[in-house]
Amino acid sequence: MKLQKSNCSLLEVRNLKMYFKRHTGILSRRVEYVKAVDDVSFSIERGETFGLVGESGCGKSTTGCSIVRLYKPTSGHIFYDGLDLAELSTKEMWPYRRKLQMIFQDPYASLNPRMTVSDIIGEPLDIFNISKGRERRDRISKLLEVVGLSKSHASRYPHEFSGGQRQRIGIARALAVNPEFIVCDEPISALDVSIQAQVINMLEELQEQLGLTYLFIAHDLSVVRHISRRVGVMYLGSLVEMASTEDLFRNTLHPYTQALLSAVPVPDPELSRRMNAQVLEGDVPSPIDTPRGCKFASRCMRARKNCFDSAPSLRNVGSEHYVACHYV
Amino acid sequence: MGDTLLQIHHLHTSFFTQLGEVKAIRDVSFRLDKGEILGIVGESGSGKSVTSLSIMKLLPYPGKIVSGEILLDGENLVSKSSRQMRRIHGDKIAMIFQDPMTSLNPLFSIGNQIVEAITEHQRISRRKAVEKAVDMLRIVGIPSPEKRIRSFPYEFSGGMRQRAMIAMALSCEPELLIADEPTTALDVTIQAQVLRLIKELNDSLGTATILITHNLGCAASTCDRILVMYGGQIMEEAPVDEIFYDPRHPYTMGLLHSIPKATAREAQERLVPILGTPPDMLHPPTGCPFYPRCVFAMKICASREVPEFVISDGHRAKCWLCHPEAPRIEKYEAQKGGVRHEAAKE
Repeated sequence: MKLQKSNCSLLEVRNLKMYFKRHTGILSRRVEYVKAVDDVSFSIERGETFGLVGESGCGKSTTGCSIVRLYKPTSGHIFYDGLDLAELSTKEMWPYRRKLQMIFQDPYASLNPRMTVSDIIGEPLDIFNISKGRERRDRISKLLEVVGLSKSHASRYPHEFSGGQRQRIGIARALAVNPEFIVCDEPISALDVSIQAQVINMLEELQEQLGLTYLFIAHDLSVVRHISRRVGVMYLGSLVEMASTEDLFRNTLHPYTQALLSAVPVPDPELSRRMNAQVLEGDVPSPIDTPRGCKFASRCMRARKNCFDSAPSLRNVGSEHYVACHYV
Repeated sequence: MGDTLLQIHHLHTSFFTQLGEVKAIRDVSFRLDKGEILGIVGESGSGKSVTSLSIMKLLPYPGKIVSGEILLDGENLVSKSSRQMRRIHGDKIAMIFQDPMTSLNPLFSIGNQIVEAITEHQRISRRKAVEKAVDMLRIVGIPSPEKRIRSFPYEFSGGMRQRAMIAMALSCEPELLIADEPTTALDVTIQAQVLRLIKELNDSLGTATILITHNLGCAASTCDRILVMYGGQIMEEAPVDEIFYDPRHPYTMGLLHSIPKATAREAQERLVPILGTPPDMLHPPTGCPFYPRCVFAMKICASREVPEFVISDGHRAKCWLCHPEAPRIEKYEAQKGGVRHEAAKE
C-alpha cells in the first residue's frame, strides 16, 4: 500500500484510464480496446458536489464505477483521503467500501425484487457487522424515515413502490453504512419531473446534515448546474472542460460545452426563441479507434488542421478553469 | 388560426383489467389546426400516450375507447374498423415512437422499410418508391442516403434511427404526425437535432404535429400550443407563452417550479417539488385528480368534479380557483406570473 498525501481534497483522480478488452475477428484473435475512460484527472473536496456531464457513452458512469472500484482501472490513481484505491486488492479495498457508496440510475433494476425493503437496507448492515437484532430494526426504520418513507414500508417488496420511492430505498441503502462519499449515477433521470425535484432536494438536505461529498453524474445540464459546485464535461472518455459551476455556465470556453449548453431546451418560450441553438452535426466517434488529435475535432466548427494532428491537453486558463482546446 | 384538422370530443378510454376498469382517459376534448404543433405534457400515467394511441386506434389489449368522437377532417375514426384504419395509418396519420431501437425491424434494411410504407399507400413503381425513400432520407439529414438506404437498423446510431423513423413517417405526406416522446431515448445534442428537424418539416411541409413529451423545455422550444395532462384529464390548455407566463392550474405551476431555472443566479435556488405521487388510476380520487397533491386544495376539490373554466380565447383550465367566486389566495396569485427567466426579461 502506498500512502501519498495529496492536498486537502477528499478524492483525487489522477490520469485514470479504464480500457475494456474486446476480442474480435474470426477465432477472436484480434484484440481491441474500448477506451471508456482515457486519462481523466480531477479532484473533489470534502463536502462539495462535483458534477460530471456528457452524452451517453462518454465514460462518465465508467469513471464513477472505477472510483468505487466496481472496475479495476487499467492505469492511474484514485487517491481517497490520500490513499490510492486503484492499487488496492479486493481485500484491502473492503474497509473503503463502507466509505464510498453509490446510487444507481435505474431504481427498477438496482433493487432485488425478491428482497423486502428491510432486507435491502439491512444487507450492508449485516455485511459490515454494524448492527444486529433490535438495533438493526431501529436503524432500518430510522433510515426509512430519513429518506421520507415510513416504518411500515420495511416489510414490503420493491414492486409495491413507485419509481421515486424506489430511488429513496436505493438512497437509504447507500446511507446505511454511514458513507462519506457517494457516487450518484444519474439518480433522477428515470423519474418523473414532479418527483425529480423531491429527490434532488433530499440529496441536498442529506448533504447538509451528514456532510456528504457527492460525485453527481448526469446528462441533464440544468440539474447538474443546480446541484454542483464544480462541473467537469466529458467527451469520448476525456475531460474537455472543468470549472466552477458559475464559471462554466457563464464563461463557457470549449466548443463542445458551448454546443452542449445551447442544445439544452430552455423551459421558457421567449428565451428559447431568442437562443439560436448551435446544433452539432454528426455523431460521437467510436471509442475503439479514437482519433489521433482532438477527439472533438470531427464535429467541431472551429477545428483547424492541427486539431486533427495533436491532442490538446487540459490546461488551466485562470481561476481554476480548465479547458482542453488549442484555440481558447 | 387556420382550418381544424383534428377534433376530439369527450373521449373516454379505459383498460379493462382483471382488477377492474382503469379509466386512463376521462373526458378529453381538444382540437388541432392544420400546420400547428401541439404539445401534450404530462408525467407517466397521465394519459398522454393513451391519447395518441386512441387517435391511432392502436390501443393494446385490454384497452378500449368507451365513448367520444375523434374527427379527422370530419371523419369519425372511432367507428372505423381496423382494416379501414390500416389505410389511414401512414397515409393520413403517421406516428413516431419513443424508442427508435425497438420500433424498426432489425431484419430489413432501412430502405426496405420506408419503401414498404410508400408502396402500401401509393400506386407507384418500386423504383419510384426507392427514389422517394432516398429523398426522404436526404430531407431528414442522413448523409449519402443512396448508400445508407441499404443499411440495416443496427448500423445506425440512435439519432439516425430516429431520423429514419421520421423519414418513414413522413414518406406518404401525412396530414397529422404524432410524435410520442421522440427524443426521450436520445442525448441532448441529438435531441436538439431531432426537435429542430420536426420544426423545420412542420414549416416546410405544413404537417400538423402532436408532440408528446414530459420535458417542458422541449415543449417550450417547439410547440405552438400546449395541453397539460394529469390523471387522464386535461388540466390546462393554452398557447405556449400563456402556459409558461400565465399558468392558472396549480399543477402547471408546480411543474414549472420543480425544474431548475436556466439563468445563473436563479439556477442554485432550492427547487419547489410537487409533494406526493401521481394517482393510482385504478382508484382515482373523486373530484380533481390533483387535489391530494395540491397546495391550494379546498373542500370542494375533493367532492365535486371540476368543470372547465375559460380564461381567455384558447386558454382553459380545470381548477376551482379559476371560478369567479373562488377565494383569493395570495400565494396562488403570486404564481400566476409563471416562470420568466432573467435572461428573457432583458
